[in-house]
Amino acid sequence: MKNLNKTIVSSMVAGIMAASLSTAAVAESDGKVKLGILADMGGVYADICGRGCVTAAEMAIEDFGGKALGQPIELVTADSQLKPDIASSIARQWVEADGVDAIGGLVSSAVSGAVSKVNLNAKKLTMISGSASNTFTTKSCNPFNVHWTYNVVALANGTVKPMVQAGKKKWFFITADYSFGHALEGVASKVINENGGEVVGSIRAPLGTTDFSSYVLQAQASGADVVALANAGNDTVNALKTATEFGLTEMMDVAGLLVFTQNAQAMDPSVAGGMRLTTGFYWDMDDKARDWSQRFQERHGSIPSMIHAGVYSATTHYLKSVEASGTEEAEVVIKKMKATKPEDFFSRNAELRADGRMVHDMLSVEIKKAGERKDKNDIYKVIKVIPGNEAFSPMLPQCNFS
Amino acid sequence: MNNLKLNIFLLALALLAPAVLYPVFLAKVLCFALFACAFNLLLGFVGLLSFGHAAFLGTGGYITGYLMINSGLTPEIAILLGTLAGAALGAIFGKLAVKREGIYFAMVTLALAQLVFFIYLQAPFTNGEDGMQGVPRGHAFGALDLSDNLVMYYFVLAIFVFGYWLINRTVHSPFGQILKAIRDNEDRATSLGYDVNRYKWIAFVISAALAALAGSTKTLVFQLASLTDVHWHMSGEVILMTLVGGVGTIFGPVLGAGFIVTMQNYLSGGELGNYIHIIMGVVFVVCVLSFRSGIVGQLIKFKRNNFS
Repeated sequence: MKNLNKTIVSSMVAGIMAASLSTAAVAESDGKVKLGILADMGGVYADICGRGCVTAAEMAIEDFGGKALGQPIELVTADSQLKPDIASSIARQWVEADGVDAIGGLVSSAVSGAVSKVNLNAKKLTMISGSASNTFTTKSCNPFNVHWTYNVVALANGTVKPMVQAGKKKWFFITADYSFGHALEGVASKVINENGGEVVGSIRAPLGTTDFSSYVLQAQASGADVVALANAGNDTVNALKTATEFGLTEMMDVAGLLVFTQNAQAMDPSVAGGMRLTTGFYWDMDDKARDWSQRFQERHGSIPSMIHAGVYSATTHYLKSVEASGTEEAEVVIKKMKATKPEDFFSRNAELRADGRMVHDMLSVEIKKAGERKDKNDIYKVIKVIPGNEAFSPMLPQCNFS
Repeated sequence: MNNLKLNIFLLALALLAPAVLYPVFLAKVLCFALFACAFNLLLGFVGLLSFGHAAFLGTGGYITGYLMINSGLTPEIAILLGTLAGAALGAIFGKLAVKREGIYFAMVTLALAQLVFFIYLQAPFTNGEDGMQGVPRGHAFGALDLSDNLVMYYFVLAIFVFGYWLINRTVHSPFGQILKAIRDNEDRATSLGYDVNRYKWIAFVISAALAALAGSTKTLVFQLASLTDVHWHMSGEVILMTLVGGVGTIFGPVLGAGFIVTMQNYLSGGELGNYIHIIMGVVFVVCVLSFRSGIVGQLIKFKRNNFS
């Protein structure tokens, strides 16, 4: 019996040792490209970057030929559940143990912040497409951050500025209570003050609030000209719904600062019709965009949001740069990414700046009224194109990682 | 059965485990195992169901995180202070809660924990929903570089072994005997002349301190303290861990924590990610209906019936 025990223990130890040798073989650069997509599969942002973000990345990999550096490109995905702790532990496992080279998707600024911290330590790329906060290229900028698609500065410049200049001077904010909402409110307030307007008040609602009535009532009592919704996804839809029920929309303007196509589709056209907003992409903006969107719609079942398009664009640019630099090591690849201009159906007059901000033309659009719509996907009327350098703020010297 | 041999075997297993499994994952399991053990000290050995233990876990985490970011303290001091903060909070909670019994005890702890949750949600130093990000791991005792995952794991293991030993010691001490007497028949303990509330209160403080120790350690491991740790879901999860593992057994909560954490880890990556809460709910129901003494409790029963 004793002997048997000994054999069991010694064979276990031997097995463990053998396994440790094999795991130690996973080195820094393994010559394989492995991408991680972190999205929100079941939460308030699931429509704008859930399965769709995975589909977009899959399309990018397929269109690239499925191979990079002579080996098949691998894709892993996970649900961040919009929680920074869960996201950070998944990201940590990916980059430290599973050999993931870059993490994309990334909706919710809280999640992106946590992942970006992990990736900075591990020297891996963070390719943010879904988050809006400008902190990734300002206060918490780092050489491994790449921020695609849009940010709060572009939203404030695109949506808020023209409204203030048109005479809407008094503003009230209903803000999502986490880094994205705070950043958006901060940047928008600055734009309002600079253009001679004033912020008469603001209130913060937790992410995923379903009952906006108390917030809407406070907004109603504020005497503002415009109530700005500094939130996103289903939060915006719910807030607007409540605002309509309480008759707020008849008393003052409601401005959705961050509205995605999926949300615009969900809103009642009689309420949302005529609302101006800023977006990085619209599926119907031209032939190239329509082509891609058609393919996306066939696979995914609905038209792409700007985040979906951004994930595709960022992934493609990343894969091209990997192939061109002959390695998947982040420090080399990021240089290449910044040196070449991204050019596809999404990126117009685009460049990836040294601070990691991807600057491209944004669109100012208006939500169509019910009568103007051809079908359910016909949502926006493009008013004008905002050149990238007007939409985004200039690079900060301390974030220049060239 | 010789528990010592078993413990040594398990320790050897824990020492070798990082060769096979990812050290951060193992460290996470150990943190939750310590948390569940601390909770089990109350539920299993005093018969008190606390529904607010997340408050201690979170307090430890936030205090340690804050100190690591804003002061030059070494990790072990920060962990110690986090633990003391948890103990202090536990002393206040305990004082109020032990005045009541049963469901009222659970409700008082839940209510107090919700108060604490709201404070952390609103206080600027926690960064609300973003959580406290980028907590440095630092050098333990000024020498051990914890940014190496393997070193971190052994540091956590040492803390866990200390906590586990302390609980074991408490349960098997004369003090522990009195706790068990209170659990089994409170009136008799009172009639024997014991100040029951005082004993309950001390047990509560020890449990809170160890829960805070788990939280402090967890913050260092993940370099992040977030609202998840103070949310009442966490108080529920620890009950689940303890019940699945085996309430009232020393080793049960460890196994339960390992089981639940592993399940969450594997499910969140796969296609079943959306159903994680449903699956956990089913596990809970099955556990309560068919093997109420948990995995370890069932094993002990099995052994008793067949081998002795």
